[in-house]
Amino acid sequence: MAASQLTDSSLQPILDGDRLALARLITQVENGTPQGRQALSQLFPATGRAHLIGVTGPPGTGKSSLVNQLAHYYRQPVDAEAPRRVGIVAVDPSSPFTGGAILGDRVRMRDLAGDPGVFIRSMASRGSLGGLARATAGVVQAIDAAGFELILIETVGAGQAEVDIASLAHTTIVVEAPGMGDDIQAIKAGILEIADILVVNKADRPGAEATERALRGMLQLAHPTPHIFRHHGQLERVFPDEGVPAAPMQPAGDASLWIPPILRTIATDGTGVPELAQAITRHARHLRETGDWQRRERTRLQSELDSLLQESLVNRWRGSVSETSYHQELQDLVERQISPWRAVSILLDGGVW
Amino acid sequence: MADRKIRVLVAKPGLDGHDRGAKVVARALRDSGMEVIYTGLRQTPEMIAEAALQEDVDAVGLSILSGAHMALVPRVLELLKANGQGNVKVFVGGIIPDEDAPRLLGQGVTGVYGPGAMTEDIVRDIRQSCAVEQVK
Repeated sequence: MAASQLTDSSLQPILDGDRLALARLITQVENGTPQGRQALSQLFPATGRAHLIGVTGPPGTGKSSLVNQLAHYYRQPVDAEAPRRVGIVAVDPSSPFTGGAILGDRVRMRDLAGDPGVFIRSMASRGSLGGLARATAGVVQAIDAAGFELILIETVGAGQAEVDIASLAHTTIVVEAPGMGDDIQAIKAGILEIADILVVNKADRPGAEATERALRGMLQLAHPTPHIFRHHGQLERVFPDEGVPAAPMQPAGDASLWIPPILRTIATDGTGVPELAQAITRHARHLRETGDWQRRERTRLQSELDSLLQESLVNRWRGSVSETSYHQELQDLVERQISPWRAVSILLDGGVW
Repeated sequence: MADRKIRVLVAKPGLDGHDRGAKVVARALRDSGMEVIYTGLRQTPEMIAEAALQEDVDAVGLSILSGAHMALVPRVLELLKANGQGNVKVFVGGIIPDEDAPRLLGQGVTGVYGPGAMTEDIVRDIRQSCAVEQVK
């Protein structure tokens, strides 16, 4: 393995932004080694500074190209802002049969090569089904600790149910492209509901208007509380259980409400990317002003805690039960002597019910 | 539980545009359970070394059909070493004249594969050389 052993003294280089030290730490984290875990524990106080931006959407909608353009923009902003350091974590699927993977997101990110303010890491999903790998949260923490201010997290090409990114990122961008399905796809539960920003990429292709219209229709259904009605030329807010319009609100000024904007981009030439970057900045400001940033941090850390607890409990239990009795129950299950629930009861509690 | 995977960067340095061979090898490595980072065409040695560093790979596979291997490969080796990644195994595939193969091996390349090489052999060689590295 290329990664060398990490010791405490080697953590300082990570805080100082040493790229090789960071890359090796990420490998340890990905492989779930005790060294990786210890290092993350020590680095944890230095995390929580980066703005985590998730980019998800179906395969082939242009997520990687868009991430490339966004990173490019943050490195060379057109306005007077200073360039910011960008970390990128790009997840691609592992083969369910061999465990191998082809990680090809870098192909679309070649513009970023040679820029020391950008760090790109490809990850295989390694059997996780939610669009990320189990270790993605840890890898993001490592990059955060290394001082990258923005971290773009690109998920596996996601269809409908791969929504883990929403509990990891502060801002989730869902990328769609024209011709990806009719408006019934847009009103299904799942991935579109987690969007803080919706992007219709490949906007120069025919059908972009129809896609945008379908998404707009979906948004009106997906955000019933609080709902927006246009009434006598004013935007008003109605809570469904109240039934009557509440106090009139300012169209742009209501701080507690975030309606996901729908933006058109052409990732191959960068059209719409500055507007997307502005929407991301607006969303971050919104989160901070409304206290949602802290709420999301809390939810995020809770979901991380819960999944680590789950994993640790399963591992601990695995250590406590013999392989033979496990396979015995499995065999009984296969022969339909016992039900799956019964098998669980036997294995966990000795079959008390 | 530690889940350790061999990570390989497959890259095409130089200007020739034929990546069929690189893709066949990438696919074979994937099918043997490795994680392959594929970077696409026309990479400079600097881009390859930087990607190898960020991805913390165990091995780098270079596919070269342009005849520029005696310039490109030593440069990649040099950059890897300069980045502290001298332990990364470098494999070269493509059109490599017989007399050049020993010279590349002498410079630190772990394996050279021409047309007709069996993907099974490439997989086996990478696995063996990376296993030796893991024991260290």
